[in-house]
Amino acid sequence: MVVMNPTGDIAVQQRDLILFSTGVMLLIIVPVLTLTVWFAWKYRKSNPNKIYDPNFDHSTTLELIIWTCPLLIIIALSAVTWTSTHLLDPFRPLERIAPGKPIPPGAKTLEVQAVGMDWKWLFIYPDLGIATVNELALPVDVPVHFSITSTDQFNTFFAPTLAGMIYAMPTMKSELNAVLNKAGDSWGYSGNYTGAGYSDMRFKLRGVSQADFDKWVAGVKAGGKLDTATYLQLAKPSEKVPVMRFSSVQPELFDKIVNQCVVPGTPCMIDVMRNDMMRAAGKKAPHMEGPMPMGGTPTPALEKAPGDKGSSPNVTKPRDAHPPGQHKPGDPKNRDMSALSPFRSPGAPRADQA
Amino acid sequence: MTDNLMQTVFGRLSLESLPFLHEPILLGTFIVVSLLGLGLVGVVTKYKLWGYLWNEWFTSVDHKKIGIMYIILAIIMLLRGFSDALMMRAQQAIAFGDNAGYLPPHHYDQIFTAHGTIMIFFVAIPLVVGIVNFVMPMQIGARDVAFPFLNNLSFWLTVAGAVLTMISLFVGEFARTGWLGYTPLAGLAYSPDTGVDYYLWSLQIAGVGTTLSAINMVATVIKMRAPGMTMMKMPVFTWTAFCSNILAIAIFPALTAAFFLLMLDRYAGTHFFTNELGGAPMMYWNMVWIWGHPEVYVLVLPAFGIYSEITSTFTGKKLFGYSSMVYATVVITILSYLVWLHHFFTMGAGPTVNSFFGIATMVISIPTGAKIFNWLFTMYRGNIRFELPMMWVLAFMITFTVGGMTGVLLAIPPADFVLHNSLFLVAHFHNTIIGGVVFGLFAAMVYWFPKAFGFKLDEFWGKVAFWGWVAGYWIAWTPIYIVGLMGTTRRVNHFDDPSFQPYFIIAAIGAVIILIGILGFVMSILVGWLKRDQLKDVTGDPWEGRTLEWSTSSPPPAYNFAFTPVIHELDAWYDMKERGYERPTTGFRPIHMPKNTGAGVILSALALVMGFAMVWYIWWLAAVSFAGLFIVAIGHTFNFKRDYYIPAEEVAATEDKRTQLLAQGA
Repeated sequence: MVVMNPTGDIAVQQRDLILFSTGVMLLIIVPVLTLTVWFAWKYRKSNPNKIYDPNFDHSTTLELIIWTCPLLIIIALSAVTWTSTHLLDPFRPLERIAPGKPIPPGAKTLEVQAVGMDWKWLFIYPDLGIATVNELALPVDVPVHFSITSTDQFNTFFAPTLAGMIYAMPTMKSELNAVLNKAGDSWGYSGNYTGAGYSDMRFKLRGVSQADFDKWVAGVKAGGKLDTATYLQLAKPSEKVPVMRFSSVQPELFDKIVNQCVVPGTPCMIDVMRNDMMRAAGKKAPHMEGPMPMGGTPTPALEKAPGDKGSSPNVTKPRDAHPPGQHKPGDPKNRDMSALSPFRSPGAPRADQA
Repeated sequence: MTDNLMQTVFGRLSLESLPFLHEPILLGTFIVVSLLGLGLVGVVTKYKLWGYLWNEWFTSVDHKKIGIMYIILAIIMLLRGFSDALMMRAQQAIAFGDNAGYLPPHHYDQIFTAHGTIMIFFVAIPLVVGIVNFVMPMQIGARDVAFPFLNNLSFWLTVAGAVLTMISLFVGEFARTGWLGYTPLAGLAYSPDTGVDYYLWSLQIAGVGTTLSAINMVATVIKMRAPGMTMMKMPVFTWTAFCSNILAIAIFPALTAAFFLLMLDRYAGTHFFTNELGGAPMMYWNMVWIWGHPEVYVLVLPAFGIYSEITSTFTGKKLFGYSSMVYATVVITILSYLVWLHHFFTMGAGPTVNSFFGIATMVISIPTGAKIFNWLFTMYRGNIRFELPMMWVLAFMITFTVGGMTGVLLAIPPADFVLHNSLFLVAHFHNTIIGGVVFGLFAAMVYWFPKAFGFKLDEFWGKVAFWGWVAGYWIAWTPIYIVGLMGTTRRVNHFDDPSFQPYFIIAAIGAVIILIGILGFVMSILVGWLKRDQLKDVTGDPWEGRTLEWSTSSPPPAYNFAFTPVIHELDAWYDMKERGYERPTTGFRPIHMPKNTGAGVILSALALVMGFAMVWYIWWLAAVSFAGLFIVAIGHTFNFKRDYYIPAEEVAATEDKRTQLLAQGA
């Protein structure tokens, strides 16, 4: 059970918290369950050796006890909640890399930018100038700081061995501080359903020693480049994406993804908002011109001409000839973004599909 | 040109929208459903029952009949929702490694969305509303609800929503977004097909029904109580129904507004919840959960009331701590508004906000815990008869306590970070909803069935239903808790790690055992009906009940009580029996009652047509049916023949018949 057996310090503390609170709650749950069974047995109709008191409906002492016991438990848990929520806040920088092991002075935090895409994860190592898809290598015992966003859906970045999950949301940036304490491979997911390819939206999490990490980085440096054209191709919906490695990455790609302005000429949201606010304050600022992010917005139903309504087929039938990965919002072909296969009999292998 | 004409007339509906032309699973379903439907129509026609059904049931404003119809709707929808569950369990049990399973994502995603939507909106809500409808007016000594026509309309609007959802099975598709239709996925850009529109229109139509019904029930409790029944003498079930409906009135507008804004996004091109142009998809999550979390209390509070009534009846004791039970209910009602953010701690609201919502969530467990203790001490020094309803209560107390514990666990934000959106969470809410709500509703159906029909359910099959559900629940969901702790997330249709597979196979077996429970319940009704002469109850009080509904005959006459009872004590009927109450046999007077009307059926049918037309972009039909709605609604206000008097002779005849029956029984 990976949640009970994690290898990252943050996840270990979250595990301990689960165990501790379960223990505290059992203090009241076990007596309740025992009493339920015992009373049910003892006061059954066929038992002659019992006191039957049909008017026993109030006892101040008992009432005090039954309100106080849960109250005390909840007070204890609330205190734990308050402190642990602050201490384990994903945005809070780490203070230690393991119990009793403070961060060594001068240790550099590894910066990683994670982008949830339809349906794969892009990881950018800005300081190293490299990027990977569906593979996240982390040196052991080095604090890592993640900046997390998403291209168009709400995903959660979730590597159960490393730390708890946090949402990856378009146009927003979340953060996560974590550290991995043991070498070894495991998996990471998106925890929030995002459409057809969601089930296979997994990445390999590789915990490696510093030396192996350097070797891995050198290996990645031998790959191709992640330039704008490659990124835009990558951003199209695709499923079961194999590991990809990029030796160099466009500077500030992550910020452009957050601001939805990777496509050349698209105004960045942050600039649009700044100009809007300046105009609202009565200052002069230019209107931002340029294509809409992600190719525009779909025509709403009421504005469609009869001929544009199209037909809404049920696409559990075999897919059409056009390729997956349409990226036009509102296009009926988006329905078919996922590679749908014809009906298969239960148990048919899917190796041919990969 | 022809295309243009076709699409003006049919919108985006075309032959390729009919999946059963090419989808074997749906083709099979379609054939079975059509045969069953035709068979039913045939039987009704053959025995010339259409007139009876229309006059006595469909147009009825009698709260008891409407309650029963709600329950029938819920049981039918339960079969649909549970088929979805079985299909999901089968898929997850086999889809490992190279095996893709038998459902492509496109189909699987519709199934889990439909399962959640149907189980909450068209099973749990109608069951709760149905039982409240049937029982509550009698518990307060009333002859009907405050607004009898509105009650009929609410029911048929719920049916219209359910029918629209069912149509999506055979015409077009259902949503592939999860049961709450989260944005941005449910926006037009990512879900351009009919699924989300079906989802939105069915829930909007049914939601109007639920809101109206809640208003009706609150007005009934406030205005229609029999003389002497002060608030603190109301039966606990009435209290919980009251609080639950107040909650429903407060939350359903939030859901309606959220859906309405999403509709505007999809139909009119606004940007409330889109990624672009200043839209805030997160806002939708907030609005939906401001409805969603209190909603579980809307469902579970009446269930708590049911447990209270049953425990008190079958222990032969007054309920322990009545007033603390009432205060606990009220406290839960208020607190349930303050916890919605715990559904997305992981969005990064910051530790202070998260702690607030986490602690608020845990605080709810204090009154809930107090309730559990109250039931416990009601059993203490009792004389417990282990009949079926009481067995359900015990199963609830054990199952629900565990679900409550995992709930508090999930309320701790850092723990939630590893459990959010995992199968642990899914197991938790099934634990509370099955263990809390479903067990309660089954207990209620067994308990009040003799009141509604005059005979008890068959006990053997009732026990099959009980053990099927209880054993099936534990076998199906314990492994899901475990795989959740293994780090699996929800809504996944295929796994790579083969070590999960045994757990999913066990879960699938559990689901089959629950199926036995469901079929057992259906059997208990059938066999009970066949053996209705043996299981007959002439007293009207088969369980030694304590509240007013047991004072009248089973089934109760249309007017419930020939004379409005006067209440002196809590547990009014028990009190009357203790004081040697004698049934009046003379002096009857004409009784003023509401008259049946077909307006509810017609309005709902028009709403259904409008919903369908909007889903398929058939604007002319939407406009016509909307105009129709408007005209019928206004026309109905000019219907002044809305009441009548049951003549005193008829009341006397009905009551005399009962007097004779009672004399024979004695």
